[in-house]
Amino acid sequence: MNRFAWVTPSTIEEAVGALEPGALVKAGGIDLMDLLKEGLIAPQRLVNLRAVEGLDRIEEKDEGLHVGPLVTLARLAANPIVQGRYRALADAAGHAATPQIRNVATVGGNLLQRPRCWYFRSEAFVCKKKGGGRCYAHGGENAYHAIMNNKTCAAVHPSATATALLALGAKLRIAGPTDAREVPLETFFVAPEVDVMRENALGAGEIITEIVIPYPPSEAGSAYLKQGEKESFDWPLAEVAVLLERDGNRCKRAIIVLGAAGPVPVRARTAEAALADKVIDDATARAAAKAAVQGATPLEQNAYKVTIFEAIVRRTILAARGNTA
Amino acid sequence: MSNDGQNHADRRSLREKDDDEDGSDVALPGASLRLSRRRFLAGTGLTAATTAVLEACKPAAVGGAGGKGAEVAGPGQVPVTLQVNGKERTVSLEPRATLAEVLRTDLGMTGTKVVCDRGACSACTVWLDGTPVCSCMTFAMDAVGRAITTVEGLSSGGALHPVQQAFVEHDAAQCGFCTPGMVMSCAALLQRNPRPTLDDVRTATSGNLCRCGTYPKVFEATLAAARRGSGGSSGAKGS
Ligand SMILES: Cc1cc2nc3c(=O)[nH]c(=O)nc-3n(C[C@H](O)[C@H](O)[C@H](O)COP(=O)(O)OP(=O)(O)OC[C@H]3O[C@@H](n4cnc5c(N)ncnc54)[C@H](O)[C@@H]3O)c2cc1C
Ligand code: FES
Ligand code: FES
Repeated sequence: MNRFAWVTPSTIEEAVGALEPGALVKAGGIDLMDLLKEGLIAPQRLVNLRAVEGLDRIEEKDEGLHVGPLVTLARLAANPIVQGRYRALADAAGHAATPQIRNVATVGGNLLQRPRCWYFRSEAFVCKKKGGGRCYAHGGENAYHAIMNNKTCAAVHPSATATALLALGAKLRIAGPTDAREVPLETFFVAPEVDVMRENALGAGEIITEIVIPYPPSEAGSAYLKQGEKESFDWPLAEVAVLLERDGNRCKRAIIVLGAAGPVPVRARTAEAALADKVIDDATARAAAKAAVQGATPLEQNAYKVTIFEAIVRRTILAARGNTA
Repeated sequence: MSNDGQNHADRRSLREKDDDEDGSDVALPGASLRLSRRRFLAGTGLTAATTAVLEACKPAAVGGAGGKGAEVAGPGQVPVTLQVNGKERTVSLEPRATLAEVLRTDLGMTGTKVVCDRGACSACTVWLDGTPVCSCMTFAMDAVGRAITTVEGLSSGGALHPVQQAFVEHDAAQCGFCTPGMVMSCAALLQRNPRPTLDDVRTATSGNLCRCGTYPKVFEATLAAARRGSGGSSGAKGS
């Protein structure tokens, strides 16, 4: 690990001011610690957001649920408002990582963490994400890699909260050297075909200051399910978040998001269309789940993930129906 | 970190040994082709020789002064005061130091174990303001101004914490490497929930890996300590 300075701003303006080239924002520090220990980043300074006032609130007001980027995964998971109307988010946060990590990891950092592809994370492989010429997962050890949109880079997006927040229609408030801006999460993530070196559109010197989730419509429910290899903590083989807007038994609108499927969270639009205006039952959920994995392009070792996704999509749709307020 | 090289070498060899003995790679039906992360790393013949620093984060020439009013410490040694088990300890550390390193190396408190050094096993669990965290993933700078409780701080006046006592009575340690972390997770659970169910104990220890597989004894011991009513009355100092 290289040596770096530790900067402690107390306002957002000070934090933005401290973000000169070579500086990185630090929230919980979990992903940064991993990258530093692996020698993948060598910042000159870490700008610690923990002393900046007002970044760790959870409040329902104005447009819906306002979540500060420094809210930990543990607090999100335990918050009664989140557990109620924003259930997919509570369950995503509560099933990510370990209790110890959730006590420290923040939702902002969770959205922005780098992928866990073992070639990317290993200093020995200069893959496309590090400016190299190839994706080592292609023709390599790719059991945990992407089953969709995996032609350029086959790393999966690692963020559980991204999967849920995308289904819930969240947007980000961002401060930076120029004007503050708002970005829907829908357009925040960057596909490898656009720029393989990054996963999102956060610019240099920018800080996420708030995550805003609109009030869910009446008669809506959401759910998040994750399948790992073991019962206690694990990274997902598949994770799915669903928001269902209902009119009685019928599905008025569905949003279905697949995490751990592609390099950025995947909206399963064919599946959403398959469910629209249908009575939500086992048969329609099954049909939507089939549609969700249609066109998957698994690699040599991960076709098993397609089957898992199909099952988890079906179960999450039915769970979201059950969670309808 | 003056002895970084030495420590790291030790940990590496420990990890390699673990690999050899590891019969526990997850095998799911139809998953026989898959590798564990450990096996993968062993297979790459990973050395520290090549370092591909990510483009965005390459060291850049940075001016010495801090950004507008924000406090700057380091990158060299910084004197800080940590509150460990109720006592103030002043140490000199670089901002890159982890809490685990400072506890074990600078303060000589080796009760806290480091196993994976990546947040994935919870062997290094300590409490910050009463909340369990991985000390290997915590910058010591982040612990300044917070009450740090280590496994050494659980016992009081020579008497074991009820969870420790129950671990002894129920034979809840085999090799013992995961034990300090297990104890910290279980004692924290009883602190916030004096009457836990088996499921509560399972959840509280879901991040604690035990290579020896002594989970049933850990659960048994923790439930026994709870029955004895250890919860809020623990002697833990500094939380
Ligand atoms: C053992 C283990 C298991 C895990 N399992 C899972 C899992 O199952 N699912 C999952 O989703 N995650 C998992 N994680 C990842 C973990 O959740 C993330 O590393 C963590 O959420 C990152 O948050 P942080 O606050 O620590 O971020 P940091 O490390 O502080 O920051 C991460 C990145 O975000 C930037 N950043 C942070 N906050 C802001 C902000 N407000 N504005 C601008 N930039 C910012 C930083 O500059 C950095 O680039 C696991 C981690 C470990 C160690
Ligand atoms: S040593 Fe810290 S989590 Fe494994
Ligand atoms: S007792 Fe050996 S690792 Fe748990």
